[in-house]
Amino acid sequence: MSVNVNTLREDEYFFGHKACAGCGGALAVRIALKVIGPNAIATIPAGCMSAVGFNFPQLCFKNNAIISTFAGTASMMTGIEAGLKALGKKDYKVVGFAGDGGTADIGIQALSGAIDRNDDVLYICYDNEAYMNTGIQKSSLTPFGARTTTTPAGRNIKGNQKVKKNMFEIVAAHGIRYCATASIGYLQDFMNKVEKAASIKGTSYIHVLAPCPTGWGIKTDECVEVAKEVVDCGLWYLAEYEHGTYRLNRRPREFTDVAHYIRRQDRFKHLSDTEIKEITLQRDAKWQLLDKQYFSK
Amino acid sequence: MIRDVNEKAFTTLKNIPFAPAYKHTLVSVNSGFRTEKPVCNRDKCNGCFLCYLYCPDGVISKDGESISINYDYCKGCGICQKICRKDAIHMEKER
Ligand SMILES: Cc1ncc(C[n+]2csc(CCOP(=O)(O)OP(=O)(O)O)c2C)c(N)n1
Ligand code: SF4
Ligand code: SF4
Ligand code: SF4
Ligand SMILES: [Mg+2]
Repeated sequence: MSVNVNTLREDEYFFGHKACAGCGGALAVRIALKVIGPNAIATIPAGCMSAVGFNFPQLCFKNNAIISTFAGTASMMTGIEAGLKALGKKDYKVVGFAGDGGTADIGIQALSGAIDRNDDVLYICYDNEAYMNTGIQKSSLTPFGARTTTTPAGRNIKGNQKVKKNMFEIVAAHGIRYCATASIGYLQDFMNKVEKAASIKGTSYIHVLAPCPTGWGIKTDECVEVAKEVVDCGLWYLAEYEHGTYRLNRRPREFTDVAHYIRRQDRFKHLSDTEIKEITLQRDAKWQLLDKQYFSK
Repeated sequence: MIRDVNEKAFTTLKNIPFAPAYKHTLVSVNSGFRTEKPVCNRDKCNGCFLCYLYCPDGVISKDGESISINYDYCKGCGICQKICRKDAIHMEKER
């Protein structure tokens, strides 16, 4: 693996977009396109990244890019790939950038189909843990306790009562050629994974955690810090699945304080120490399961 | 190669260009997003380019041993200032 800050293409392929200041999703898309290069053909469904990138005549993708239906990211990628093949094109990479709602909820069927057919596409889910473009509604990747407009923090029910869906494990369970998790707080790791995934002939999937200052209630300059902290405190993990084997890329020697991560975000403002303790217990149980099932120590 | 959609009528599959059918255009700047702007002190900067890497808007470019910032498109988020280990970037209030 050779990509790093010195070898990365200096051209920008996602520039002038209208994302909020400090947007994690925009950073993920920008970096992935810089790794893949001008022959990336980007497919972006309804969601923040298409909303901020295609405000005609303000067109912010320098490479080929197209908006898909909300549910149809993976099917459109399949179609583009088939079309390019029919035209005899060789040097390209079809890449999708879909949100957590577009991936784990409405787009999961199309994604599952593409993996099943092993179409030669790279699907990247930028996970900002809610439907941000329509004003912060809960998705199945919204974490426990988070306040959204559809899971408000009331007197009896305090935010989202469900835990985050295990999207990485669901994708891996297809027996996909390659999939990985990442975070925009650890860009070197993310770049390595994009480079590897783009070189694979067949379906690959990367799930990158990408905080949203607007929806999470953090300051714009905290986005990268928070994306790092979520890994350090163990509420997110950096892993890969390749050739049927799971690998953990980073094992924090000691987790940092979950309470510190939670307390700095407005979406968790209503949580008491008891609920934070519960989130910590959920984390520990999750790691026990991960270690038992996938990552032998 | 970037081709304009009006350049030629596409009649067959072979005619369709393997390129964006529109021009990459930016008709308005994003500097209005900003209440503060990042300013780099080149004497403190060691050219690690972490700020260039982590800027969500891609407005920092490598400039020899240091960096330069495109203020037309910088939104003033402050990520570059936080990521800099050399304390070379500070935020200045916009008037
Ligand atoms: C079939 C359909 N249903 C609903 C919508 C409205 N819609 C547009 S974007 C969006 C939210 C997208 O959320 P997510 O995929 O998480 O991306 P984000 O906006 O958070 O980046 C919704 C519900 C739509 N465009 N199409
Ligand atoms: S709402 Fe969130 S995800 Fe959407 S553009 Fe703004 S910061 Fe990015
Ligand atoms: S303030 Fe934000 S947008 Fe401006 S250069 Fe720094 S990181 Fe980029
Ligand atoms: S992060 Fe700081 S030291 Fe590194 S290039 Fe940017 S300004 Fe210079
Ligand atoms: Mg989302």
